Formats: sequence, C-alpha cells, structure tokens
Amino acid sequence: MCLAIPGKVTQIEVKDGIRMGRVLFGGIARQACLDFVPEAKEGDYVMVHVGFAISVVDQDEAERTYALLESMGVLADELSPEEVVPPKA
Amino acid sequence: MKYLDEYRDAKIAHGLAAEIRRRSTKPWVLMEICGGQTHTLVRYGIDDLLGNSVELVHGPGCPVCVTPLEMIDRAIALARRPEVTLLSYGDMLRVPGSGSDLFHAKAEGGEVRVVYSPTDAVQLARTRPDRKVVFFAIGFETTAPAHAMAVLQAAKLGLKNFSLLVSHVLVPPAIRVLLASPKNRVEGFIAPGHVCTVVGCQEYQELVKEFHVPIVVGGFEPVDLLEAINMLVAQLEEGRVGMENQYTRSVQYQGNQPAREAVARVFEISDRKWRGIGSIPLSGLRLKQEFAAFDAERIFDLAEVRAEEPSECISAEVLLGHKKPTDCPAFGARCSPEKPLGAPMVSTEGACAAYYQYRRHVAAV
Repeated sequence: MCLAIPGKVTQIEVKDGIRMGRVLFGGIARQACLDFVPEAKEGDYVMVHVGFAISVVDQDEAERTYALLESMGVLADELSPEEVVPPKA
Repeated sequence: MKYLDEYRDAKIAHGLAAEIRRRSTKPWVLMEICGGQTHTLVRYGIDDLLGNSVELVHGPGCPVCVTPLEMIDRAIALARRPEVTLLSYGDMLRVPGSGSDLFHAKAEGGEVRVVYSPTDAVQLARTRPDRKVVFFAIGFETTAPAHAMAVLQAAKLGLKNFSLLVSHVLVPPAIRVLLASPKNRVEGFIAPGHVCTVVGCQEYQELVKEFHVPIVVGGFEPVDLLEAINMLVAQLEEGRVGMENQYTRSVQYQGNQPAREAVARVFEISDRKWRGIGSIPLSGLRLKQEFAAFDAERIFDLAEVRAEEPSECISAEVLLGHKKPTDCPAFGARCSPEKPLGAPMVSTEGACAAYYQYRRHVAAV
C-alpha cells in the first residue's frame, strides 16, 4: 500500500480547481492529482500513490522501476486495471 | 540465488551483497519497516544471499496488518447499513474482522467497492447523492495526503454524503515502541522510502539522536535495499551512528511540503491502537473537529466493539520483529492466505504472506 508507481505525465488540466494529470503507466493511463508536485510538467515522470503524484523522478529511474514492479506482478493491485482511463483520440 | 538472478541488475546486486558479506564482522540485526520492502527482500531471496553477515527482521509497516480488528468490524457494520456505500483499497476487503470480512458483507447485500484512489470515492459521492459514501481510510504517512485532499475536495464541493472512517498510523511512534522494548534486538533500520518522500527525514534524524541507532532511508528495488543494508553495515562496523538517505531519487530531506500542509490542515495527531501491538500514544491521525462532518465515527452511531485476536496467531511478535513468520507453529499449516489466522497472512505486504508466497513454508515443514 505504500508503493508508488512511476508514470509519465502526458497532459495537464485543471478540474474543479484541482491540477490533474493524465499519467501513463506502461500501457495503462490514469488520472492523477498533481497538486503535491506543482513543479511537474507534461513529459515529466512522477511517482504516483493512490492517485496522487508525490515526487518527480528521473526518466531512466522511472522506467527501470516500472519494469521491475511489472515483473513482480504488483501493478495490478496498485493500479486496479478495471478502472483504466480510456486513451483519448 | 535463483530469484535474484532473474533481476536485470543482478550483477550489481551480487556485487553489493559480496561487499556486505566482506564488510560484516558479525550478524548485524537490521529491520526494514515497510511491508513493500519485506516483499522485495523475500521475493529476491536477499536475506539468504547475505548469509550470516546480516539478520533481517521485518517491521510493522503493513497498514492492512496493523488496522485493528475493531475498525474492521466498524467498517463491516457500516457496509451492512442499507444507505451506505463503503469503499476502500483492495487488500482491506479480504482482511477478517472478528466475525466476518468486507467481502462477506458485500455478498450479504452490502454495497462495498474497491477503489484505486480516495478521489474516486469523492466522485461517487458527487454522482450518487442518494448514497452515504464512506471511505475506509487506512494507511501510514504516504496515504494521508490523499485522504486529506479528498476531505478538502468534498468540503469545497459542499458534499453532505461523504465521510472517512479513519484508521491512520504513523511510523516513528512504532519505532520508538520497538526500540524501548527490552526484547529489542534491532541494531539498524531501513526507513520507508515513500513515507519519507512525503514527510521527509527530520523525524528519523531525531530517532537516531534519541536512540543512537543508525537509520538509512531506502527504496524498494533489490539494489536499493542492498545499498541501504550496505550503508547500515558500514556505519555499524565503523562505529558511526547517523541518518542517511539512499533513496535520493524520490526523497528530499524536507519531504513534500504541499502534501504535508494538506495533512496538517485536515488531521491532528491522536492515540491509535495497532493490531497485534496495542495502543500507542500519539501514533496516529484523526480528523480535526473542523472536519467532523466528514468523520464517519462522529456521523454514524457505531457501537463500541471489543474484539479478540485468534489465540494461536503470533502476529504481534512478527510485527515487532521478535519472531519470523516461520517461527509460528500454524504457519503454512493452519494459517495460509486462503485461511488466514491473522492480518500479516492476508495483506500482500504482510511478512507471513511474503514468506508463504515465496515458498518458505516448504523449508519450515
């Protein structure tokens, strides 16, 4: 539960006064709140925990961590794939 | 080790392990706090790889494991109310309370749902004004900012049908209990990297000063953990005591300021009971009076519940690092993830489940 998953911010918008990002985790896209990482911009990699980005990380590190978490089979638990955000056209 | 060889940085990991074995003159007893770290250590056989240079004991950092039975019983009681929709994280639904679990409450007709984020719960409350949406908010410092934001968002939206059932605990008070125990054997700690990403390192620096014990903030990959262990062994062998940060790619000394501010705005520190450990003063969070309208325990009339742990379960000893899961006579025999006696066997972050999953029960028989 205290795992954070690295993903890439592909789009940022403000919804109901909250800064939200579309974050790509491998093939899965999810919305994540970016209010705790005001420095994050599109193209950055963030560590996401229960729908909130908690830090900005280096791209290489992020990709390596993602591959490891995927191989450990823990992403399904953390990302709950039944609620995947459909990719926008 | 067969597990570690599957890891792409196996060479670096083996190099670090060799360095630790070379450096260590006695089997230093080290504890990783976080259940996610326990999972990596056992999954990759890191404890075996280090031989008798280090003894790794597993800490209480599994939020599902330390959520008291009474809180689970309260969640189940809420889920059984016809007007309530109860939401939480997946692991929480499988944990047995004193008589049942949330999955059974769902099977009996209760509206229980798994969500990925507390914001999903706010969204549901918004679209379903006919339902009283309760989010079972458990966890450590990592999860608290998300729960705080959910409350702030609900307040901003003027929602009257959203509340949290809060069972929040904090890591440092539990470490204090461990270190103050006459049974303590732990000589160095790996602090939880994502907790520290949020709260920073200062509290851990204070623990180092207070107890003269080395602490290294560590990440979650095999190489992170081996590096953190190497840093601890270096301190211990050189007679140094300090707070060091291995997980610099995510953790800054001051933590995440906006996240800390959100938590401070919504929550206040309170006493909390830990499953298997008991009540620890000032070891958790509760909603401030200002946010009482979002506090399920104040909104709903929840009867005082007293619950007893199954007598055979040694989860307290396991959570405090006094015993290993395989020291339990029920392990793998009368207790398994399918039929758990206690929470550490249920949660994917529990030490017993990690040992079971990676077949340590074979060795124990």
